[in-house]
Amino acid sequence: MIHAEALSKQFGSLTAVDRVSLDLEEGEVFGFLGPNGAGKTTTVRMLTTLISKSSGAAVVAGCELGKEADELKLRERIGLLPENVGLYENSSAYENLEYFGQLHGLDAATLRRNIERLLRTMELWEKKDVPVATFSKGMKQKVAIARTLVHDPLVVFLDEPTANLDPEAAKMVRDTLLALKKEKRTIFLNTHNLDEAQRVCDRVGILRTRLLTVGSPRELEARMSGNRTAVRLERMTEAVVNAVSARFGPDRVEVSGDQLIVDVDDPDRQNPVLAEAVFGAGGRLRQLSQLSPSLEEVYLKLIHEEEPDA
Amino acid sequence: MRFSKAWLIARHDIRLIRSRKGIFYALIGFPIGVAIGFPLLIAYIASNGGGSPGSYLPQFIDAFSFWFVIGAASLPTSIAAYGIVGEKVEKSLEPLLSAPVTDGEILLGKVLAAFVPTIAAVWAGSVLYMALVDWWTVGPLGSLYFPNLQIVVLLFLLAPLACLYSVEVCIIVSSRVTDVRSAQQYSGPIMLPLIFLYIAGELGKPVLNATNLLIIGGVLAGIVLGLFSVSIRTFRREEILTRWR
Repeated sequence: MIHAEALSKQFGSLTAVDRVSLDLEEGEVFGFLGPNGAGKTTTVRMLTTLISKSSGAAVVAGCELGKEADELKLRERIGLLPENVGLYENSSAYENLEYFGQLHGLDAATLRRNIERLLRTMELWEKKDVPVATFSKGMKQKVAIARTLVHDPLVVFLDEPTANLDPEAAKMVRDTLLALKKEKRTIFLNTHNLDEAQRVCDRVGILRTRLLTVGSPRELEARMSGNRTAVRLERMTEAVVNAVSARFGPDRVEVSGDQLIVDVDDPDRQNPVLAEAVFGAGGRLRQLSQLSPSLEEVYLKLIHEEEPDA
Repeated sequence: MRFSKAWLIARHDIRLIRSRKGIFYALIGFPIGVAIGFPLLIAYIASNGGGSPGSYLPQFIDAFSFWFVIGAASLPTSIAAYGIVGEKVEKSLEPLLSAPVTDGEILLGKVLAAFVPTIAAVWAGSVLYMALVDWWTVGPLGSLYFPNLQIVVLLFLLAPLACLYSVEVCIIVSSRVTDVRSAQQYSGPIMLPLIFLYIAGELGKPVLNATNLLIIGGVLAGIVLGLFSVSIRTFRREEILTRWR
């Protein structure tokens, strides 16, 4: 549904996005993670034809970026929720959706049907005629999401949909995202929220001007885990620490209360060796577990590795 | 360029204007004020001016008529400012740009949204103005003054051009300001040449007859064309999203 090949954007001498390549399948929810200024919004703007690419190529919903004849067609097939909802505050939810449906060329009957379905799904139908200026932030965000979907787009781009929302409103929006996922929409989600990405996305990409990695949240965690094992003992003794340090090297062993954390290269092979060392030193094992870094840890590790002074 | 899309945008903006009381009242109040106020003044001059009214009244009437051109230039600044800077402030330009409409269609929509209500108000006001002027001057002048060639040139050439001139300046200014009031303030000086022409007309130097109005129209058309090419270059989606303040 989205194919990008070495997509780049330069603003003068500044490289905002550097040779990003990615592929999104139909019905996939893809999370685009990265710190502020990483180029997430610029990438979305390029993919939605809001700004031009400097180099590279991309095809979105069957339309080629940079090909003038394809640009309008592309915008007909996608929906974009920008970071700022950008609703017409003095207009009602219905009028906001109606305007965008008309811009997309929907006929009156389809438009009415779509608006009703979306506003009912968003639990806003009862307030359809109320100016959105009176709505809470979460409700406004839901109206904006409905506006993004009013023409049944093939691909939905959501730029930080839960940024600046209070926890309740953020949950409201996240539930909406999960509902969209159930509908098998292709979603490109720009987010800072790693928990959200972990829960909603099939795959995530971590961007810092260039794409650092892509994979499912589990894959990314697995890629970085497998190298730390936690051993909880009934009682920590010097003999156990010495035995484990002798096997694995003192700089790979960390003691924390009754717990040992050991860096291992191959957990399948080395965890039994670790257990033997503990038993051999008279230690009584309570629990041995593989430590899996969270997506957050993976993200922070990758981002910090990319820092110029790292 | 699909006119239907541009008109859809214009219709939407015109509907929003109705919710902005200040703009709405100005749109109604200004033409009515000119349409009633100046004929009253003309009636006063006609009855108290002495001598032969035919020798001095036409100059006053032509100069006062020029207020419809000034109105056509001043009224759309608020509409255009809200239509462009207002959207920028409310951040609704980005969703609009992501819709399947071209930059040209959006720009035309914004121009129409400012142009149509302004010209409608000016023309409606001018009908009342002409009726009242004729009512009060038919006696002293001995014949109906309106309609005449001057008012045709003024209403159908100069007023639309002045309106376009004003909207185009407002579009260019919109890229450099971050709020509606600033857009209106910076667009204000565009009125000065027109006010200067009005004062000159009052003094009879030059007389605002049909020939002189056509010359002014020609100059204004040149300016409008020049501003049009600048505003087209300014109103490009990439410019709006990356360079506009």
